[in-house]
Amino acid sequence: MVGIVTYGSYIPRWRIKVEEIARVWGEDPEDIRNGLFIYSKSVPGPDEDTATISVEALRNALSRRKVKGVGAIYVGSESHPYAVKPTATIVAEATGFSPNITAADFEFACKAGTAAMQTVMGMVKSGMIKNGIAIGADTSQGAPGDALEYSASAGGTAFVIGEENVIAEIKATYSITTDTPDFWRREGQDYPRHGGRFTGEPAYFRHVLETSRRIMEIMGTKPEDYSYAVFHQPNGKFPGRAAKILDFKDSQIKQGLIVPYIGNTYSGSMITGLSAILDVAKPGDRILAVSFGSGAGSDAFHIEVKNEIEDYRRENAPEVWKQINSGKFIDYAIYAKFKGKIKMGE
Amino acid sequence: MTIPRFWREFEHRYRLVGTKCPSCGRVYFPPRDVCPYCHRESVGKMQNYELKNTGKIYSFTVVYQDIPDFKELKPYIVAIVEMDDGPRITGQVVDALPEEITIGMPVKAVFRRIREESPSGIIEYGYKFVPI
Repeated sequence: MVGIVTYGSYIPRWRIKVEEIARVWGEDPEDIRNGLFIYSKSVPGPDEDTATISVEALRNALSRRKVKGVGAIYVGSESHPYAVKPTATIVAEATGFSPNITAADFEFACKAGTAAMQTVMGMVKSGMIKNGIAIGADTSQGAPGDALEYSASAGGTAFVIGEENVIAEIKATYSITTDTPDFWRREGQDYPRHGGRFTGEPAYFRHVLETSRRIMEIMGTKPEDYSYAVFHQPNGKFPGRAAKILDFKDSQIKQGLIVPYIGNTYSGSMITGLSAILDVAKPGDRILAVSFGSGAGSDAFHIEVKNEIEDYRRENAPEVWKQINSGKFIDYAIYAKFKGKIKMGE
Repeated sequence: MTIPRFWREFEHRYRLVGTKCPSCGRVYFPPRDVCPYCHRESVGKMQNYELKNTGKIYSFTVVYQDIPDFKELKPYIVAIVEMDDGPRITGQVVDALPEEITIGMPVKAVFRRIREESPSGIIEYGYKFVPI
């Protein structure tokens, strides 16, 4: 049985409200809230980046359960601090897994973390490693004044995946990948660009709906067979609409829908929603978890929560919703300073 | 700081690895080669010891000086933290405003960027503290 042995998330403490961003760019906050279904987003401190977020998420996972025999660590992100020098090397050193471990960084827009999960699953299943770490984390960028600025936020989640002491079995995974230019960032550019409405139907919905339907077909399940479902959350509207089209109820997606309060944490997005579900899940619960990465692709997971979760020390690290609710709000000027958007002198 | 010097200190700066005297059990951070209480008894026997990441604020100050590497953090809090394992460590307290800090406040060590050599240089990471 391959599955999640332990998990942990980290969301930076600072927040900015949609009203505050809209005030600066002369937009109607009501329009933004209704259009994106986002009220606020997380902001990384000036001393936080994908490496620090990954380390804190993994430390939270390890404070819930110490794990030995870890043979691989993969960090998925589109905001690695170095263009050349893997974030995974820093995370492995800071958590004591270095040097006897294989490591690499992954990039696939918002689904790099789930690509890392699939890789670790394969390595565990093949017997190549006993346990492996998959992390999805980002400090994502939105150009000032662009629609993305309302959603691009920071956070991440770490999973240790193995075959022993599994709290949630990953029974199946299914992916699709196409060349869909809905969102991209060219080498050396500070901010990404996107295809506006093109990010919807041909990108997010086509991929997310297809993987969701296919994995339910493979498992012989229907939406009502799942206690929870979590979809990638670029904004609050898309996952809600995907759930409705697939016939999932609000009660199934509410626990994992975190984007209205912390924004889109990119590689950390869906998996932090999954982490919020694992915070409350009970043995026997089934979870449908579906990521989406622009460019484009989607990974779906059918997960079943095991009895092992009852003895597992979830209380040893802060739950996702506790972290969401302990945010501190800052204004746009401090946000601009924290995000390095102010041009400094020599 | 030169790259080799920074690299040699990774386990101390990243994971709070100090040393413990096998003779009296005292824990030191930064690490010491000799226990100042047990002297010769401890020579060559000091053991690496990873500190628990929790402690409380022993004393603190708020820095308003214009130091280039920390400009965007100003004003920032620097505290002496008495770790649960004994040693007192100096470090920044972040994710908090100066008026929120009190002596005796419980804190935990977190992993943060300390500074960067330059926009094209290495990024130096290490421990800072946040209120629990």
